[in-house]
Amino acid sequence: MTDPLTISAKALAIGYKDETVVGDINFELASGQSLALIGTNGSGKSTLLKTLVGLLPIIKGELKVLGDTPAQSAHRLAYLSQFHASSFILPLCAVDVVRMGRYAEHGLMGKLTGADEDLIHDSMERMGIARLVNQPLRALSGGQQQRVYISQALARHAQMLVLDEPTSGLDAGAREIYQQAVHDELARGASVVVATHDIQEALGCSLTLLLARKVIAIGRGAEVITPQSLLETFGITINLDQQPLGVTVVERDHCCDHPDKR
Amino acid sequence: MNLFIEPFLTNSFLLRALIAGVLVSVSCGVVGTFIVLRGLAFIGDALAHGVLPGIAVAILLGIPGIVGAAVSAVVMIGGISLITNKSTLSSDTAIGLLFVGMLALGVVIVSRSTTFTGDLVRILFGEILGIDTQSVILQAVATLAIIATAVICARPFLLLCFSPEQAQVSGFSSRFYHNLMLALIAVAVIISFQTVGTMLVFGMLLAPAGAAALLARRMHAMMIYASIIGIVSVYSGLLVSYQFNIAAGSAIVLVATLIFFIVLLVKNLQSASLQKGALHND
Repeated sequence: MTDPLTISAKALAIGYKDETVVGDINFELASGQSLALIGTNGSGKSTLLKTLVGLLPIIKGELKVLGDTPAQSAHRLAYLSQFHASSFILPLCAVDVVRMGRYAEHGLMGKLTGADEDLIHDSMERMGIARLVNQPLRALSGGQQQRVYISQALARHAQMLVLDEPTSGLDAGAREIYQQAVHDELARGASVVVATHDIQEALGCSLTLLLARKVIAIGRGAEVITPQSLLETFGITINLDQQPLGVTVVERDHCCDHPDKR
Repeated sequence: MNLFIEPFLTNSFLLRALIAGVLVSVSCGVVGTFIVLRGLAFIGDALAHGVLPGIAVAILLGIPGIVGAAVSAVVMIGGISLITNKSTLSSDTAIGLLFVGMLALGVVIVSRSTTFTGDLVRILFGEILGIDTQSVILQAVATLAIIATAVICARPFLLLCFSPEQAQVSGFSSRFYHNLMLALIAVAVIISFQTVGTMLVFGMLLAPAGAAALLARRMHAMMIYASIIGIVSVYSGLLVSYQFNIAAGSAIVLVATLIFFIVLLVKNLQSASLQKGALHND
């Protein structure tokens, strides 16, 4: 029996070893719902995502992901971490990277089937990079590489997608393609948790969690994204009546020596 | 033509050296690919030098150097893991000191030996021309084990190169496979030190794989290219060493390093001309 709740967090404290980054987090996310995490660098977004996928142990409280502990559910979810343009680019073709998204399903030696190859090519098609299948990763632009990484997460065909700033480096057209892909994932019943700097994207999610090394607010985007909450989250004021929202977030780090940044 | 083949047919020691060199090239080609792709060069270097005290103790006790090297490698991997997990300093500093300390300890131990200089030179620079059949068989078995492990663990190793976090989330313990990778590096170092020595084994791990990284489009292709570049280096190094009477191990590593820089230069010239072409077309 599958738990209809994708995530259930009660009095959850997250962080590194003994250092609590954010405490007292409470929320529930149902399947087919999306959650946006908004906050500056060092606010706890990536820490929460890493805790959700079992990369970091919880410090206090209770956290269930897909009805189990995060570590036990890890193979049932897709995780897209942040990549840095400066890091060494592997000698791989785009399709090899996307293919890695199917490894969790088949373990060490299990054979990839035709259905797997269909998922791989379908996810590249959905991200508009079908023609780049056999291109070496290092020959692609930063935005194209990011689309390859998103395709890998899509190819996982997971019950929950955990995405850390997936639109960084994407141009407007690619962002639209990405939004459509997320929409399709939600439509097939998967849940999506996304860390983003894009207020517009957060407004489109079922839930928004504003973080600034503490929970500033959580709820429906339209309700919790207010001038006051944004001031607390980013240290800036924004006129929300302006349409469309032309928000440029000026970063103010909450912590300069945070483990995320070491 | 005879000049290129005859030395290996008429001198059995040279043929044994060639076979040993080919085996070293293949194991270093596979393992070196991981080192280059994961940025483990410094740890690889530390492992290569850190085996010295074990070899030295083995020589003093009159047991095979390879046994001492294996014990040292286990100590080094333990030390490196401990440092990486616990050190509040940058792990480079601590690993650097660990390897210099082990190197010094090795020299101190060897200095107790009656044939100090001879032993030290042999350990540091290898004696590929004096390798026996038993060592070659051991190298063959170890090389097969390295290839088998790389094939069986291809998925977790690829994920680890891509992102250790992604490996973990995909259900492969990144700590386990990282340690397995270190163990493979150690095995490659242990079976290679007799041919090119502990000082130069690092060159065989890095130079062919480095050149292959510039040429290959896929990871298994990189391993194959690295092995071929290694074999070419061994063959030409041995030949040069035989014809001009120079140190064989050093000649091999010199050829490998030369190939790396030639590939680097050609690749840079290629991309420069491509960029120029692109500008011209604009």
